[in-house]
Amino acid sequence: MAVATSAPSRLFERPETETGFWSWISTVDHKRIGILYGVSAFLFFLVGGVEALLLRSQLATPNGDLLAANEYNQLFTMHGTTMIFLVVMPLAAAFGNYLVPLMIGARDVAFPRLNAFGYWAFLAGGLFLYASFLLGGAPDGGWFGYAPQTIGQFNPGNGIDFWLIGLVITGLSSLTSAINFIITTLNLRAPGMTLLRMPVFVWMNTVVSFLLLFAIPIITVAFFELYFDRNFGANFFNANEGGDPVLWQHLFWLFGHPEVYILILPAFGIVSEIVPVFARKALFSYAVAVFSGVAIGFMGWGVWAHHMFAVGLGPVANATFAVSTILISVPTGIMIFNWLGTIWGGNVRLRTPMLFAVGFIAMFTIGGLSGATHTIVPHDYQQTDTYYVVAHFHYVLFGGSILGLFAGAYYWFPKVTGKMLGERLGKLHFWLIFAGFNLTFGPMHILGLQGQPRRTYTYPEGMGWDLWNLVASLGAAVIALSVLVFIVNVVRTVKSPERAPEDPWDARTLEWATDSPPPEYNFAQIPVVHSTDAFWHQKYTRDDGGRLVRIPTGGAGGENPTWTTERPLDHGGVGNGHHGHGGHGHGGDGIHMPSRSYYPALAAAGLPLIGFGAIYGWWWGALGALVVMAGVFGWGREPLSEPASE
Amino acid sequence: MQPNVLTWSAAGTPGEHDYAVTGIDSKKLGMWAFLASECLFFGALISSYLLYRTRGPADQRPGDVFDIPYTSVSSFVLLMSSLTMVLALAAIQQGDHRRLRLWLLATAMLGAVFVGGQVYEFTVFTHEGLNISSSVAATSFFVLTGFHGMHVTVGVLWLLSLVGMSMQGELPVSRSLDVEIAGLYWHFVDVVWIVIFTIVYLVPL
Repeated sequence: MAVATSAPSRLFERPETETGFWSWISTVDHKRIGILYGVSAFLFFLVGGVEALLLRSQLATPNGDLLAANEYNQLFTMHGTTMIFLVVMPLAAAFGNYLVPLMIGARDVAFPRLNAFGYWAFLAGGLFLYASFLLGGAPDGGWFGYAPQTIGQFNPGNGIDFWLIGLVITGLSSLTSAINFIITTLNLRAPGMTLLRMPVFVWMNTVVSFLLLFAIPIITVAFFELYFDRNFGANFFNANEGGDPVLWQHLFWLFGHPEVYILILPAFGIVSEIVPVFARKALFSYAVAVFSGVAIGFMGWGVWAHHMFAVGLGPVANATFAVSTILISVPTGIMIFNWLGTIWGGNVRLRTPMLFAVGFIAMFTIGGLSGATHTIVPHDYQQTDTYYVVAHFHYVLFGGSILGLFAGAYYWFPKVTGKMLGERLGKLHFWLIFAGFNLTFGPMHILGLQGQPRRTYTYPEGMGWDLWNLVASLGAAVIALSVLVFIVNVVRTVKSPERAPEDPWDARTLEWATDSPPPEYNFAQIPVVHSTDAFWHQKYTRDDGGRLVRIPTGGAGGENPTWTTERPLDHGGVGNGHHGHGGHGHGGDGIHMPSRSYYPALAAAGLPLIGFGAIYGWWWGALGALVVMAGVFGWGREPLSEPASE
Repeated sequence: MQPNVLTWSAAGTPGEHDYAVTGIDSKKLGMWAFLASECLFFGALISSYLLYRTRGPADQRPGDVFDIPYTSVSSFVLLMSSLTMVLALAAIQQGDHRRLRLWLLATAMLGAVFVGGQVYEFTVFTHEGLNISSSVAATSFFVLTGFHGMHVTVGVLWLLSLVGMSMQGELPVSRSLDVEIAGLYWHFVDVVWIVIFTIVYLVPL
């Protein structure tokens, strides 16, 4: 037993608990961190959803008086900011954290404590952002925070400062998680897991990580510049002093467009995993799908000014960005054909994950097509700042990202919990959300083309907008109902004693080659990989006639082409994996896992204090800096894992 | 029992630096990834400066108050700190812990001299009437060079904490990688200063 007192001076003893509150605070297990990300992001999803319901209630009828204009501004700002930074990005991080090490056959991530720090920084940033509601008003500058509307002269109060600092903190979280994912994927792949054998989800997660790595610093600079403008008399965006508000737009969208792919590519990856399983066919043109995703990642850097067509950059810039935007729809379209080609001729089973995946493909395609209409610059002039744009990005981000993430939630729920979500409630959830979504956002195309401006808290009678606004608001209520169905389904499933089968979907990838939920060390024996869809090829082979036949299980003998899935729990003598692992850095006999640590959470807890210091005075900041330094130094001096017990 | 079963414990613990498909240690690769990200951070700040360097009233731009010989000397000091950093790494790799601490301290001191020089420079500029609000050129100058100074300061703290760890015997030869990674960061901060010094001080308006 490794005892903490054996180490030199420590701020804290090494955490010992394996269950309960402190075990979650101190965890460095990528699966637990994935669950933390998922649960927190889902709670933020409910908050962002309530904000959306308030907005739609206000707009259900002309001259709505539920919200005052400034309340409406705060709510639409926080709705967008929440859904992007506190819901879709951390949900993608949840899936990435849980799945990437399992999918590449690793026992953990490259930087377990940095990974924990990333989660706590995300939570700290999110809570800091929401503290603004209690401390003088939430930010009201939109998720894009356009300067000069957001400089101090035109937007006094602390709301925008909370927004800037909160997002710098969540940005730090994204940066650490990007570095962790990139190095994990490059360095910790199992033997034989070459880059072009990795599941498409791992590929998309890697592309997203590189996008974050390069996009986050740009927006961080923009946030700092605006913060300096507001608080230290800088003039970056103050046109009266020679500053250029268009610089803000360039920096924002140079981050903001890669951000769009940061939000959608994880869903692309999830759907690319689900569709082959439920069509019982390998992904159509795997390599083309991978390279399309990579191409989207590269081209995503060359299209940002299509958000700025109406700014007046001139015909050359507009034409250039119109063409690059048309070009990026090519690899995106290719991936849609990858999925359609997989379904085509497949033995399709329309279980709940597949329903969501197919819904994703259809809705994302609609969103992609309305996006393509934006590439026509004169057409974009007409659409800019109308509900047409709102309709477009909700089709890609809700119809796309959110449906894709729900597909993943249904698909991997038995992996994470060992229990199957109810199929009947799942299907009800899908049809409700599908109908509600289209009722809400479909009519917004019409409203936008009729000229209803977005970001405006009310509208008069007689504009011809009444009917579709009412329909959209009713649709929002249907979406809310569908989310309730999902929650009921989750609660009922978690309470039910019924266990899911080991491999409920007849899956293809390595995360299913271990227990559900997996042990702390993931795999008793590290798999050796010989092909894509490694788990599938361990289960099936082709007979002389070319037909698929199942390899008999249990006969772990010479004819089995890959590794064994026999678990040491069942077979005492296999390998060196073992039962009865302790929490002190031992996954089992011979498997040495990183130990729990309080320091990542401690370091992250100092960040919002520094944030308060940046708003309320240096003493808060000094306190925060002390906390961060205590966390970092404790972290640096504590070994990753305790030495093995004697 | 099966020829192609490989157990991880034989290949090291994931997350520590003994299992790496690329052959490059994970911590080092992680630092390279972070520095790639930092390129965009300074890239955005330098872009802002390039956009604004000629804007604002002609007598309110930083170019008028630059003391180029002074800043050249402090730049030389910073560049020399890269040399002492290399010597520190060589020392720990040879197991010479006394020299390691000597060169780490020298590096930190040279860095501190550079930061002190920047504080002095900023003070002089302020007395000469140039501050962050004077013009957009001044704004972007102070923010760009200020963020660089912050990076040097973080580096100095990092080096000093390595010295402290070494004095307590917590930096054995087997952890020379920790010094190497700090060195990567330190050299990066130096290289960025070469770019900033050239663009801000040497390229004429």
